[in-house]
Amino acid sequence: MSTRRAVVLSTVSTIVVLAALTALFLAAPGSKQVRHTFFSPHDMWQSLIGNPKQGYYSVGEALWLNIRMFLAAEVLILVFALVIAVIRQSTGPVTFPLRVISTVYVDVFRGIPLILVILALGFGVPALSLQFVSGQSAAVYGVAALVLSYSAYVSEVYRAGLNSVHQSQVAAARSLGLSRWTALRYVILPQAVRTIIPPLLNDFISLQKDTALVGILGAIEANKAAEIYSDTVFNYSSYTVAAILFLILTIPLARFTDHLIARDRRRRLAGAIS
Amino acid sequence: MTEPSQAVRIEGLRKSFGANQVLKGIDLSLATHEVICLIGASGSGKSTLLRCINLLEPIDAGRIWLLGQEITALGVDENAVRRHVGIVFQSFNLFPHMSVLRNVTLAPVKVLGTPRSVAEQEARELLHRFGLADKESDFPDRLSGGQQQRVAIVRALAMRPQILLLDEVTSALDPELVAEVLDLIRELAAGGMTMLIATHEMGFARDIADRVCFLEDGLIVEDAPPGELFTQPRDERTQRFLRRIVEAGRL
Repeated sequence: MSTRRAVVLSTVSTIVVLAALTALFLAAPGSKQVRHTFFSPHDMWQSLIGNPKQGYYSVGEALWLNIRMFLAAEVLILVFALVIAVIRQSTGPVTFPLRVISTVYVDVFRGIPLILVILALGFGVPALSLQFVSGQSAAVYGVAALVLSYSAYVSEVYRAGLNSVHQSQVAAARSLGLSRWTALRYVILPQAVRTIIPPLLNDFISLQKDTALVGILGAIEANKAAEIYSDTVFNYSSYTVAAILFLILTIPLARFTDHLIARDRRRRLAGAIS
Repeated sequence: MTEPSQAVRIEGLRKSFGANQVLKGIDLSLATHEVICLIGASGSGKSTLLRCINLLEPIDAGRIWLLGQEITALGVDENAVRRHVGIVFQSFNLFPHMSVLRNVTLAPVKVLGTPRSVAEQEARELLHRFGLADKESDFPDRLSGGQQQRVAIVRALAMRPQILLLDEVTSALDPELVAEVLDLIRELAAGGMTMLIATHEMGFARDIADRVCFLEDGLIVEDAPPGELFTQPRDERTQRFLRRIVEAGRL
């Protein structure tokens, strides 16, 4: 089949499928009602720009908080998860207690639903009435919860990456007199990165969305702003706006991840041939 | 105690992997500028012995001295020990994400603190000396097996080790590439490098070694100059091993 024919066919089939789905949506008995409550252009625009006088915030502006929480959490997770992974990979008897603690930590925080971690930190820590620690904003507790929960996952991603580098590389590096840390830094990590990056970005796409959960603590992020709008105006179009904004945020990262995976695959294949 | 002319001394070395006892009491000493070849069937403990001397494997019992200093004592800095002992592996183990030049200069720069420009100059000299001058910016996967193994030897030499351990360095090579690596080792021996070489190349061992040790089942069965060991082996186990080698046409 020629490339041109393939393009035409795939375009036609895409149009047919989309048209069928749209027709189904429009033909549904409650279509008009749903279109009004979820896709009202007026409400979408109003919730996007916000109007404090009417008692609701801009969903667009609130998204900025999601972005900041995401960026802060991302950096902390990258560092913290690596520490956990390296501790779990260590073999010496001296680090045994640390290994136990990290293993328990990973088991516990991978097992508890993120929303419960957010609630526990967001309502529990302020109740402790500790100086400084208890006086933070909801967003700070949210980020702390995201870091705790995601680091448990990401440390496993790191661990898989570190394990993917053959032991003989460690032996070669150490035999040259490189310390454990120098070997990790210059020999093991650079080789592990190609294995780590795709699943890592995958977790970060998920992290971007999960910043929306911090809204339950009262932080005005996109989802919370959308909720306030719908509570005020009794129209759900604000949620549609939030959904679209999250898509705009996550899709570039998703495409970038695919690009990296494809590039790595090409390189591996090229390496196998030469 | 041990005299300074002794590069390595080993007493009663034992090592097990789980229930599998690989070394069952090895005694061996290697003088400075001496070349010893370790021969024996696969699994006889040759590689493990070399890895123990480099402290890549923790030992179960026994003691090892390196240049008069006990390296199996508590509190010995293993990184410091490894600066004096280079090891080259059967499977090259070059760092695939680094160019040849970076492979060779990594340890001098990061471990010895040699300025990069100086380390690169020294690395180029070594690469040139061993016929690899035009390969410095290539990555390992662009090189033949023989070239990779020569780079691995150069990488070990860049640390200016006083002792070099070679672990079956030609076993993973295509037959036509073996000679270039063996020639390099001969050159090192002629230059006075102290070496402990595990090998399956009997002809090479006969040519190069001052002494040949035959290992079987975790023990040094016979330790003699090559002229003696290859022509009139005393131990019955050595005789049996050499007979099999001759029958296989490898000597």
